[in-house]
Amino acid sequence: MKNILNRFVPAGFTPYRGLIDRNNLRPRLKRRPAVNTGDKLIDSVSDIFDRLKISDGMTLSFHHHLRAGDRVMNIIMREIKRRNLKNLTLAPSSLFPNHELLSELIIAGCVSKIYTDYLNGPFASVIGAGKMNDLLIMDTHGGRSYAIESGDIDIDVAFIAVPAATVCGDGNGYTGPSACGSLGYTISDMLYARRKVVVTDNIVPAVKTKEIRKEYIDYVLSVDSIGIPKKIASGTTRITNDPVGLLIADNAVRALAATGVIKNGFSFQTGAGGISLAVADYLKKYMSLNNITASFASGGITEYIVSMHEAGLVSDLYDVQCFDLAAVNSIGKNKRHHAISAARYASLSEDNIADKLDVVILGATEVDTAFNVNVTTASDGLIIGGSGGHADTANGAAITVIVTPLLKTRLPIVKERVTTITTPGCDVDIVVTERGIAVNPLRVDLSEKLKSSGLPLMTIQELHDKAVAIAGRPQQPPHGKKPIGIVRYRDLSVVDVIYSLKE
Amino acid sequence: MIRSCLFVPAHNPGMLQTADLFDADAVIFDLEDAVSYEEKDAARSLLVEFLKNFKIDIKVIVRINNNPLWFYHDVAAIATERLDAVLLPKADSESLKKALSLLIRFEKERHLPKKISLIPLLETATAIMNAEELLARPRIGGVMLGAEDFTADMGIERTKSGTEILYPRMKIALVARAFHIIAIDTPFTDINDEAGLIKDATAARTLGMSAKAAIHPRQISHINRIFAPSAAQIERAQRILKKSADTAGVFSLDGKMIDQPIIERARKTVEKAKRYKLI
Repeated sequence: MKNILNRFVPAGFTPYRGLIDRNNLRPRLKRRPAVNTGDKLIDSVSDIFDRLKISDGMTLSFHHHLRAGDRVMNIIMREIKRRNLKNLTLAPSSLFPNHELLSELIIAGCVSKIYTDYLNGPFASVIGAGKMNDLLIMDTHGGRSYAIESGDIDIDVAFIAVPAATVCGDGNGYTGPSACGSLGYTISDMLYARRKVVVTDNIVPAVKTKEIRKEYIDYVLSVDSIGIPKKIASGTTRITNDPVGLLIADNAVRALAATGVIKNGFSFQTGAGGISLAVADYLKKYMSLNNITASFASGGITEYIVSMHEAGLVSDLYDVQCFDLAAVNSIGKNKRHHAISAARYASLSEDNIADKLDVVILGATEVDTAFNVNVTTASDGLIIGGSGGHADTANGAAITVIVTPLLKTRLPIVKERVTTITTPGCDVDIVVTERGIAVNPLRVDLSEKLKSSGLPLMTIQELHDKAVAIAGRPQQPPHGKKPIGIVRYRDLSVVDVIYSLKE
Repeated sequence: MIRSCLFVPAHNPGMLQTADLFDADAVIFDLEDAVSYEEKDAARSLLVEFLKNFKIDIKVIVRINNNPLWFYHDVAAIATERLDAVLLPKADSESLKKALSLLIRFEKERHLPKKISLIPLLETATAIMNAEELLARPRIGGVMLGAEDFTADMGIERTKSGTEILYPRMKIALVARAFHIIAIDTPFTDINDEAGLIKDATAARTLGMSAKAAIHPRQISHINRIFAPSAAQIERAQRILKKSADTAGVFSLDGKMIDQPIIERARKTVEKAKRYKLI
């Protein structure tokens, strides 16, 4: 079966249809309070596995707020290996290169299925080689939350790394040696998993803000360390120095200004990549110069967005994850810097923030002439990322802008067909590159407004042709024939399949 | 007529292909100081292929090596129809003569449709002293001050205030004006100091330099603004020209006397503004 994007959909999955049927969303499960009402504090991983009877075939979940500094998933994976458990499903909100033990567990059949929103690490080539028994399911951040709330991802045990927790299980991410700020991606796990374990290296008498609530927590596992502080801050939160990146960012803000969307009360989200941060910087200058105040900014929050908030340019910050220490410090002290759950951020089952955005700025690994965007795989099919909130916000925001160089090293980024669709083209409005700006023909309103802007407007085909004229037409590397994963949209329909790597 | 020219190292493919993106009026592809000895050949080949295959719509200048090892090979390789000017470092009478003779030879052999000009880079005390003689030579399309080598030659410190290059700037601006060629100011080398760049470029313009070299794309917008007429200057120039069209001889505008030199300056201001698409 093929979906509306002409991409293969394996049997048993719902094909992407182009529009979300908001009247027929999946019902939410009932929240699942803690089962254990006795003592919760435990200091042995093995003891937790015994008490929860963790066994073959179960589904275990994790969050990624500690990013490449996360030790918790590795602690649990070592215990899985020691016990030689088989056919487990893992549901981490993201996977990073430090989770390298995963390769061994996949090859040994201990892990047979993974749900995640982002994946980057050496295990990508193991999954790409088809060594995992079942499929890899790549969700969006909002989609993962929706899947958990509706029972599509049925979690047996959620392991929740918490930088500051009480012995009863209340906690947050604001303080402690592994402080990471918002714990937004784990809230659905806390509410809907069958059993929940807080894992912490910092037992405190009480917490002021309870992101993690004791009534949902079965056990508190005390360990020496849950994270490596230096690796918790994202490595991507530096503004680009690259003049091409700065030019793209400048063009993006000029394009947005020309649409008239940057006005008092507007809302926006920028990513944490170098060009996105430069957009935030140019936006800040534009807003200051024109005395414009935004109602809110959302998403992964960075130092740049915090500085806009503290300068009075943005009223509220809705923070599902803190990308750097400045954001962590801010969430603990600024009253209008709100920690939100992934559900509140982007789940279709909630009145979510993504759907209220006026503008989102996103990056791309590849864009095609139908405006489809790939941030999941490299051109050879190797998984190097994933949607995260890309498809959620692109779908929800009134204007979605993709900022990308036309060429990276010697490869055109605008192609005839992206290797993997992460975000469908109908959700993408403007593509900004250093050599030209293309507006999706579906957005006649935006084209009209940009006509007299003096910006270098061209069609997406012209952008593609320009890239090819400079770098030549790249050959598409061949991939294997076996589907090893699927990419799901925020309504859990399938937008694309990920194929095995060529042997 | 240019305001800005961006130095781009010729050995870097990524920088070559984005050289025309930043609103510089000219680009100087550098085969000299930016390229290490072992990369000279590769940079030259890369630049030749780039110029052959890429269409860029701004003036193309190449800084060659004024060194017996590479001088001939550089000129022989780059003397093509896409080249507008050769920037000759450590220029003196002999090297200018040699460069001109090679250019004439290759233009003839290759049936090039236009003449390639020479821009001497004056960066020694002797060169500054001999500016009149050097700039009077044929095919000179402009001149550039090289402050780093000049101060090294003088044995003095290069400072952000630029006091040490006051005389060279004044002399180069004066001689260039006398020969009706562009005077390109030396680059400001601290790419993170925007305020310093603005001060330095303004000082150069005040002394009569007509353009400035940049070593980073971020410097271009400031240079373009400083070396172009301001909105107020353009508006006043347009008013002067309008009134001069209706009035014979000297007249008064805003309480000031307007005579022929001022009308002429207004004409140049409007011409520049049109060229830089400011009106």
